[in-house]
Amino acid sequence: MKISDLLEQTFFSLLANKARSGLTVLGIVIGIGSVIAMVSIGQGASGTITSSIESLGSNLLMVSPGMQRGVGQQVSAGRGGAQTLTLDDAEAITEQIEGVKTVAPQYSTRLQITAKGTNTNTTVYGVTDTYGEVRNVEIGSGSFITPAHNNAKSKVAVLGPTTAEDLFGEGVDPIGQTVRFSNMDFKVVGVTAAKGGSGMSNADDAIYIPLSTAQQYISGNNRVGMINIQGESQEILEQMEADITALLMTRHKITDEASIDFQIMNQADIVESASSIAGTLTILLASIAGISLLVGGIGIMNMMLTTVTERTREIGLRKAVGAKRGDIAVQFLAEAVTLTFVGGVVGTGAGGLASWAVEKFGNTATEISLASVLLAFGVSAVIGIVFGYYPAARAAKMDPITALRYE
Amino acid sequence: MIECKNITKIYQTGASEAAKVLKGVSFSVDDGEFVAIIGPSGSGKSTLMHILGMLDTPTSGDYFLDGKNVAGYSDDDLAEIRKNKIGFVFQSFNLLPRATVLRNVCLPLVYAGVDKTAREDRARAALACAGLGPEYHQHRTNQLSGGQMQRVAIARALVNNPSIILADEPTGNLDTKTGEIVMETFQSLNETQGHTIILITHEPDIAEYADRIIAVRDGMIVDDRKNQNKKIGIPGVADRKQI
Repeated sequence: MKISDLLEQTFFSLLANKARSGLTVLGIVIGIGSVIAMVSIGQGASGTITSSIESLGSNLLMVSPGMQRGVGQQVSAGRGGAQTLTLDDAEAITEQIEGVKTVAPQYSTRLQITAKGTNTNTTVYGVTDTYGEVRNVEIGSGSFITPAHNNAKSKVAVLGPTTAEDLFGEGVDPIGQTVRFSNMDFKVVGVTAAKGGSGMSNADDAIYIPLSTAQQYISGNNRVGMINIQGESQEILEQMEADITALLMTRHKITDEASIDFQIMNQADIVESASSIAGTLTILLASIAGISLLVGGIGIMNMMLTTVTERTREIGLRKAVGAKRGDIAVQFLAEAVTLTFVGGVVGTGAGGLASWAVEKFGNTATEISLASVLLAFGVSAVIGIVFGYYPAARAAKMDPITALRYE
Repeated sequence: MIECKNITKIYQTGASEAAKVLKGVSFSVDDGEFVAIIGPSGSGKSTLMHILGMLDTPTSGDYFLDGKNVAGYSDDDLAEIRKNKIGFVFQSFNLLPRATVLRNVCLPLVYAGVDKTAREDRARAALACAGLGPEYHQHRTNQLSGGQMQRVAIARALVNNPSIILADEPTGNLDTKTGEIVMETFQSLNETQGHTIILITHEPDIAEYADRIIAVRDGMIVDDRKNQNKKIGIPGVADRKQI
């Protein structure tokens, strides 16, 4: 039997029962479509999380103060509450740790900011000139905080674009204007480029001032809130983390690891754990969708069994005129695979449409990967073969006389 | 061409019961013969036809086709022989109801691997032999009358040019007049094209169209005679379009 004849017969048989074939295909369409849509939502979420973490900077270690807890005390002020890190710690890290590319200590606090009758509440960061490089903050117009600003404890400020808009309105150049907080006027010298970040910490809604200024006039001491360290490569971050822990333990005169007064976050760890959460989410969504695909496959099997029973006499006749077992089996298998294949094509389209709709109206990023489309086709073909095999084998094994006499 | 030696067929009907349908049948059929196998229902004639047509295998005994013993052939081997050497005409026509006449007739050629165009040419020729005009070729078979359906079935049996045509009660579902026309068609196929025809029937009238009549009763051949008063179908006996 030729392939062209096989295809012709397959379409002929399937079109003979349009409604039934259509409904069976619908089962597969829903199954494949939901797999594609669910996986695209899961992967989109994973992509969003990863890129938002990576926008913080690359090869980043963040040292922040640990819990403030005195010897024998049970009361904890919470993580980051202690003021244990100093500028000297940052300098020691710069000098003594191998693999350090840049160190950027920072101090941050939330303050009410006013400017010409408008006001907003945002985070004020005391930073050095290296901050931009380490945390991927780029300057949009004007200049960033310079070493000279820090040396002079200048009262200058660099605004995030969102803050600039909040204070001065859209389209107004704030450079040269003044903003006021902590009872001091700060001259605006620059606006950072929009990063479009959201959630965790929004770099667009921030004010950057020299660290020395912040320590002198706002905090009143030489503590820093966090030390950002950029390593030379991803691979050495773990070693650096250990070295920094050892260094800071020595500097803080801590011998017991249980009472460490600082904590180090490795960006790679955050990315890893976030993407493992997103991965689990994707698997969860895909397996829910997979169940509907399985149900669709059972629908195929059900239809094929009905078809085989209905066409028993036809099978008998085909055998009488010389069809071999293989010819019969291939014919029914081809019908099942065609159904799932058509379902796979339409389902991929439907899934793509659904994920487009989610992205458009649900404000959730989605991502359709070639792999998930190929997987969908592979799975639908396998489903056709698996669920079509039993009915086809049943048809092939029929005894021609019994089949011909079947009423 | 066909030689049966002591063929028996036993159906296991229950755990300990068995129905002995054929009890040692021996006969042979030569090339180009027109044989009618006649017997009442339950005589075993249908089982005999299934064995002759290789749709079934005997419990014991030997069946030689063209000198070859087909005992021990697999299902697929038997299908191969059916495809090349045997054409079937059934009482209930067994046409694909939704397919066109042409498509039905082409069916055996599909399994023989014949090209589509060659297939349709041969199908048209076979339909002409069976006496169904080209105006019906694109009709669906469920739109045809019984006589027309049987002609389609005959054309299908002829299309791969088999040496043997096995007809199982081909007139059973037809009225007398139409039945006569179908029998006349078989006669002309036998005489003009040399097909060996084996006809199974329970009607003595129909058997009279054959050259030789084998009577079967209770699983045994009770009579095997040359038909002395062969009925001759009058060529062109009826306008075929009317059937």
